[in-house]
Amino acid sequence: MARGLPDLTVYDTFPKLLLHHALVRGGQPAWREKDFGIWQTWNWGEVADEVRAFALGLKVLGFQRGDRLAIVGDNRPHLYWAMLAAQSLGGVPVPMYQDAVANEMRYVLSHAEVRFAVVEDQEQVDKLLEIKGDCLTLEHVIYSDPRGLRNYTQPFLTSYAKVQELGRTEHADKPAFFEESAALGKGSDLSVILYTSGTTGQSKGVMLTYSNVIMSARGGIVFEGLTEQEEVLAYLPMAWVGDHIYSFGESLVAGFCVACPESSNTVMHDLCELGPTFFFAPPRIFENLLTQVMIRMEDASRIKRAMFHYFMGVAKRSGAAILDGKPVGLVDRLLYALGRIFVYGPLLNVLGFSRIRLAHTAGEAIGPDIFRFYRSLGMNIKQIYGSTEASVFITIQPDGNIKDDTVGLPAPDVELKMAESGEVLFRSPGSFLAYFKNDEGTKATKTEDGWVHTGDAGFLDEDGQLKIIDRAKDVGKLNTGGMFAPKYIENKLKFFPFIKEAVAYGDKQDFVACFLNIDIEAVGNWAERRGLAYSGYTDLAGKDEVYQLLSDCVDKVNKDLANDPHLSDSQVKRFLVLHKELDADDGELTRTRKVRRAFIAEKYDQLVQALYSGQQHCSIEAQVTFEDGRKGTIKADLRIQDAETYQPLKKVG
Amino acid sequence: MSGERKIGDVILRCDNISLSFGGVRALTNISVDVREHEVLAIIGPNGAGKSSMLNVINGVYHPQEGTVTYRGQTRRAMKPHETARQGIARTFQNIALFKGMSVLDNIMTGRYTKMKRNFLWQALYWGANLREEIEHREVCERVIDFLQIENIRKTPVGRLPYGLQKRVELGRALAAEPDLLLLDEPMAGMNVEEKEDMCRFILDVNDEFGTTIVLIEHDMGVVMDISDRVAVLDYGKKIADGPPEEVRANQDVIDAYLGVAH
Repeated sequence: MARGLPDLTVYDTFPKLLLHHALVRGGQPAWREKDFGIWQTWNWGEVADEVRAFALGLKVLGFQRGDRLAIVGDNRPHLYWAMLAAQSLGGVPVPMYQDAVANEMRYVLSHAEVRFAVVEDQEQVDKLLEIKGDCLTLEHVIYSDPRGLRNYTQPFLTSYAKVQELGRTEHADKPAFFEESAALGKGSDLSVILYTSGTTGQSKGVMLTYSNVIMSARGGIVFEGLTEQEEVLAYLPMAWVGDHIYSFGESLVAGFCVACPESSNTVMHDLCELGPTFFFAPPRIFENLLTQVMIRMEDASRIKRAMFHYFMGVAKRSGAAILDGKPVGLVDRLLYALGRIFVYGPLLNVLGFSRIRLAHTAGEAIGPDIFRFYRSLGMNIKQIYGSTEASVFITIQPDGNIKDDTVGLPAPDVELKMAESGEVLFRSPGSFLAYFKNDEGTKATKTEDGWVHTGDAGFLDEDGQLKIIDRAKDVGKLNTGGMFAPKYIENKLKFFPFIKEAVAYGDKQDFVACFLNIDIEAVGNWAERRGLAYSGYTDLAGKDEVYQLLSDCVDKVNKDLANDPHLSDSQVKRFLVLHKELDADDGELTRTRKVRRAFIAEKYDQLVQALYSGQQHCSIEAQVTFEDGRKGTIKADLRIQDAETYQPLKKVG
Repeated sequence: MSGERKIGDVILRCDNISLSFGGVRALTNISVDVREHEVLAIIGPNGAGKSSMLNVINGVYHPQEGTVTYRGQTRRAMKPHETARQGIARTFQNIALFKGMSVLDNIMTGRYTKMKRNFLWQALYWGANLREEIEHREVCERVIDFLQIENIRKTPVGRLPYGLQKRVELGRALAAEPDLLLLDEPMAGMNVEEKEDMCRFILDVNDEFGTTIVLIEHDMGVVMDISDRVAVLDYGKKIADGPPEEVRANQDVIDAYLGVAH
């Protein structure tokens, strides 16, 4: 057992952990929320009181063991407490996406057979009123912010404060009930149902037990050495497993303080005020912050700009190495120390990262430049790999050996294995119990002996770190026998600003070939600076200079791939630059801007043939849909370029 | 929605108001009542005298004839700061905020009439001054919360889009905790979404705080939706006064808007 953590065999549910913290660190801050411009704080003792009052109030309203309690709203302490209240009565909270429209909520509410719903405000109440007729099991709706609800007279509407008032009266009558009820829970009980966002079909309710969430949270805490002193900001949707572990599970296991922002619009400002010690965000947040910094630096005075660029150069050279504890020359060390005073320190302060010890990112691949930027500033940002079915943690990047393109080592007590097809399977204390009311889905995902299919293909590198390359169903094989992972290659290409989209082919072929789409802004800008005249997209895309530019990008990717023993066969041998932008209106992309590889292959079959036939040119006529719905055709004669490939490096040692 | 809210007695009565600037008669013999907790809209074509009417109510203009009775006190003329102290707050047709000051500071100026100490005292930080400042800040924070402008609390007003500036101006008026709120074209120049937000806020103010509201507005859809009563002015004269449906059907009003030879 890690030092300082409660004995998790005794305190095996969240209500028990809450009571434990209220006892041993009752006076320490547990939750904060910015309200009326000030950070309001509740300590562990007060939180236990609030939860008790709400739980007993729910009981008075008729909440039974096993009932589901839906939770809808932005991150608010009161909503997290409602989860604890439901759990202490033996019920199961079902946090839901607060921005879902009424129709989407109907499915979850009906599927989970929710009897009670706790919502944040009038907006959510209105949504529930709209669908209440279809959700036959829904009996009570409890709102936390009464604003605008004064004249709502529906008998099933109750305010959060009113429920707590009922609970306080009840507590005076039965002072022992709450503790007794909390003591009835066991680690193997169901603690929460998290609905997946449903990007891959109908959303599924992932059932997690207390021990799933607690042991997974413990794994994260032990791996990273988190303590009760951490401060984190809870700002990601409560329905997302990431928030459930980072803002709820880990806090209750380690006993640290969680803060909720004033509103979803003030997150960045609140982040800066709070200065968390531990921060979790998807890559796009780090990307947005970096873009903001760059834009603001463009507006800064010349001296500041010069200082910024000079010291960022220093950081790029030595920052990450210093962070990893690798040897760095004295001069660079001194310069870096100076940079910390003049640039890195103030910059981190503006971003709200001056106290940060650790940051995690997950969800999708983070661009290596963005990743290196934060690491070079001395911020220990790491990628993790996880899923709802794993209660988040599958792998975490280890301190001192961070690689851009791996997601790290298995988290404590997590076992990994690779299926024949290359799919990653894991078995861990966090592996979910089952999908709610979906045995078929459970069987397809979880094997008898507890291995869970991730649906992602990957492999372990020489250090035992996991590298995720693609969705398993997209991974194919080259005729040479090498693995072909289109998304991995496309992502590598797309990290170059000049390449907007890439479509790689290679399954059952002799080599990899790809279509590229230029980024008209980046390439257009590049062309202007070179005085290169062009008349439009098609013209620019076909220029020899542009082919040369993209050829350099492909070359770099090939060099990179050559270093990778598993993927050295996947080097791009031939490519062409498409004469039109891939577009969702033409069915070439999904609405979320993912390439529809099969559709494109069919539509541009001629081009694919040409790539693999040795032709140097291919003329194509493609139909396009204009914004007003009219259709037209674009004719072009496309050049096909050969790219240089490299001998794979032999592994040393 | 507003079923619970009770419209009370007359709190403001304007009797036979006439106002002229030199030879121009802006208002001729106008009488209007405002009842407690109601939303009264004053409408009329350009130059009908709507803004003049508001200016008479809050004491910027002094009518040559007629009286204004507010909560039993009759007056011919009063200074704007005196009416402000009596609980009448307003917003302006053209935004009149301090562009270089933050949203919070602008709203704080709305508390000015409630501050007990003069500026010399306030220059001192500690003691009673600090307590007073905290009290006022609390009221302002409630207003900020109410209008959902937390994210721009510290932003200079000049950098905000027009719709938000209008909202800040409403915030400043609310900070004075008025009994009677005068809004001069609160939705002019806004897009549909901003208008919807503003309507929501006006109704919420009326609903939550029971504030009586007199507003001037050109958007007939808005007027018909949110007001309890509508008074129509044309060429400085009142030509109609009553519930929205009644006013909509009134022939004089239709003539005034569609244009009939006078």
